[in-house]
Amino acid sequence: MTAELVRGQNHPLSQARLEIRVSAGTPVVAAATLGDENGRAQSVEWVAHPGAPVLPGLEVSRQAAANHRLAVDLDAMPAAVHRVNVLLALPMGVGGPVSFGSAAVPFVAVTGLDGTEVATYTITSLDAESAVVALELYRRQGAWKVRAVGQGYAGGLAELLGDQGLPQAHQLATTINDAVVEGLARSVPAPPPRTPEGDRSRQTATSALGPDQSGSPYGTQGGATGPYPAGAPGTQGAGGPYAGTQGAGSPYSGSQGAAGCPDGTSPTDPSATQPASPAAPASGGPIDYSHPRRQNGAPPPPPPTAPPAQPGQPARPVAGDATGWSMEERLYNQVWGMFEDLARSTAAYRSAVDFADTRLERELDQVLSDPRSRIGGQGDAAREAAQAKHVQLVDQAREALERDLAQLTAEADVVEPALPVAYARWDNPAWHAYRVPMEMPMALRLGDLQLPESDPLRIPMLVRLPLERGLWIDSGRTAASDGSFVDSHELRHLAMESAVAHTARLLAVHPADEFTVHVIDPAGSGAQALAPLVRTGVLATPPTAGAAGVADVLARLTQRVDLVQMAVRGGAADSLPPGFDTSQQLLLVNDFPHGFDDRAVNQLRYLADEGPAVGVHLMMVADREDSSAYGPLLDPLWRGLLRLTPVPEDHLADPWVGHAWTYEPPLVPHGSQVLEQVLAQVAAARAKYR
Amino acid sequence: MTKGQAISLQKNDGGSLTAVRMGLGWQAAPRRGLFGSRTREIDLDASAVLFADKQPVDVVFFRHLVSDDGSVRHTGDNLVGGVGQGGDDEAILVDLGRIPVHIDQIVFTVNSFTGQTFQEVQNAFCRLVDETNGQELARYTLAGGGAYTAQIMAKVHRVGAGWNMTALGTPANGRTFQDLMPAILPAL
Repeated sequence: MTAELVRGQNHPLSQARLEIRVSAGTPVVAAATLGDENGRAQSVEWVAHPGAPVLPGLEVSRQAAANHRLAVDLDAMPAAVHRVNVLLALPMGVGGPVSFGSAAVPFVAVTGLDGTEVATYTITSLDAESAVVALELYRRQGAWKVRAVGQGYAGGLAELLGDQGLPQAHQLATTINDAVVEGLARSVPAPPPRTPEGDRSRQTATSALGPDQSGSPYGTQGGATGPYPAGAPGTQGAGGPYAGTQGAGSPYSGSQGAAGCPDGTSPTDPSATQPASPAAPASGGPIDYSHPRRQNGAPPPPPPTAPPAQPGQPARPVAGDATGWSMEERLYNQVWGMFEDLARSTAAYRSAVDFADTRLERELDQVLSDPRSRIGGQGDAAREAAQAKHVQLVDQAREALERDLAQLTAEADVVEPALPVAYARWDNPAWHAYRVPMEMPMALRLGDLQLPESDPLRIPMLVRLPLERGLWIDSGRTAASDGSFVDSHELRHLAMESAVAHTARLLAVHPADEFTVHVIDPAGSGAQALAPLVRTGVLATPPTAGAAGVADVLARLTQRVDLVQMAVRGGAADSLPPGFDTSQQLLLVNDFPHGFDDRAVNQLRYLADEGPAVGVHLMMVADREDSSAYGPLLDPLWRGLLRLTPVPEDHLADPWVGHAWTYEPPLVPHGSQVLEQVLAQVAAARAKYR
Repeated sequence: MTKGQAISLQKNDGGSLTAVRMGLGWQAAPRRGLFGSRTREIDLDASAVLFADKQPVDVVFFRHLVSDDGSVRHTGDNLVGGVGQGGDDEAILVDLGRIPVHIDQIVFTVNSFTGQTFQEVQNAFCRLVDETNGQELARYTLAGGGAYTAQIMAKVHRVGAGWNMTALGTPANGRTFQDLMPAILPAL
């Protein structure tokens, strides 16, 4: 659990080796002073700052940056040290903001070496101060604790250091600022991203700049694990859990110009990977209007924006070029923006072609009905002219569509690799670097969408989580759009496989303890497809078979929905029975209505209607024909579910123009073990949690 | 800009405009009398009708805020006017580069949805702004005082590879753009 500290609050530290992460909207100096039992720094050797970054057990970065990672090893601290103050200061004389009041609110987090946050603190209510003591790590009865301090100094670093008991405070402040200015002159313009993944992809980018960057100021940011060799693939694994995410060997970081981070928490500044482009505008406006607690850790860094385009050329697309608080939200909005643009561009094209067709028809009719056209070649000439006009207009429309498609395809090429796992295709390398997440993502990819005109461009179909309505994987005979004949048995199997892939994805993108899956497979016909779920042990209980089992599962979930609804309506969410499992529930039903009696059918309908609001979701694998005996009674159930197909089919409409989009299910690449690997990790994390 | 006057939307430097905004602003006329401070709400609506070869293809108005192709967008219905006090109360944004190739004219109209005539509207204007730099290209003041409820303001039409704007200023009567169709057609 992360403790969100408020000013003055303290929190125990159970680990000795820690990282302190700092995020600010603007480059800041991060330093640390050591204090004796009276809290005083005994000499300038007790200060770790950019000019002297390493002290026993403590390492700070050599220069000012918007994001820092300070390495701390409390066990290595000399016995005389009782206190470690973490300071932030604005560098002077570099044209940045002169007080924290005009910069974005700084955020600090104490994390373990594996990146898990122990305590965080958002330093609000700073105004004219240009230096601040952010945190204090202190010994109390042999154990270390952290306290949120947030003491600002309008007189800057000199006043702050003077307050620590250093007589040479002014001199030291000047030394620090000189070191920072020098560091800024050496460095690439952009601040380093906050998380390790970003850090690594950045390392690749900086090393691509040239060997003279080897003395890069970021070299010290590796923390206790030591500096990362710039751009060396061997850095993967050095820092723990993030190893294998978009590391130095990432295929995207160099070539695509926008190495996104798969977990979506940290945007990569475009100028880092596009050294030739002018620096991105300085981050952070003069006033930060953001709610400090409504942020995902850090004040939102400026979104990556496309570099200025060459005149007459469309701007080069960049992943995350949309609004949002986090990279995840930006990518979500960007994907929806692409979806809308494609829908509208296609509407323009179709409307132009329709118009050309009607005009041609009308003109041909006129030619036919005009008696003069029967004489000589007049009729033929008019007909040819009409045809030519038609061809010309269609060509123009096609040209406009091609232009838009080229732009969208270029955008998809940078966006797709940057997507976090929840948005990524199964063949995205992000899935091979999968780790069980700490938070539920914003949305989930249910498949791909495309229009006949736009082939081969695919738009990810992202739906918000938690799901607002159930899913229905239609195992019935459909007009498969590729025309190939899929027999009924095979279709049922495909539908079940597709349902399992959706379920696995849902399991994978939720934190280990926050998603529970129940399976009803009355006749056991889905056993083969369900094998990956059963084998890895990610299900709450083995698939339920037989009518009694169906009744039992439905009764339990119905009761659950009822309980939670009562608690919510009564405003007494804490009066749920002790040990109540608060995770989201997914009920996967195969072969409906096999094994269902009338009572069970009603319960299922109740779950479909009332469940989503209280975290009980439904996924049906069914052929509507099988339940035709119920007549139109079940029509509302089917209409209430989001219908997906196991084979590509054009049945989904966009919300703007209403084109029929071809839905393609997200298929795990043939022969790939990625699903099993991911499920194995999920299972391991769940086992650990219990 | 006066009735019938046409201006080219080519920029002076030879480049053509890529995005223009048709802005509409008005203030309700205060009623004199016992309750003089009470102003009556007047709801003017701006609409844009997209024509291909003199046939209406699409329309952007308060019930259909974005043309299907996304090139023409209405900023939303304003029911009372006077919000901007000189700024635009309703605006229609036109992305000229994205207009489908077969659309050759866009006609902008203003209707009084609440039925007051323009006699009761103050300071009503319609203007065309270069959306890329905010520069006003043309401004047309609704010659107030007429006893009619609608006006066909202007049309933007293709000329060669670029676009021209012609001020129309034709008075008409009607509640929404549909009622104006007979009045629009002669202007095409």
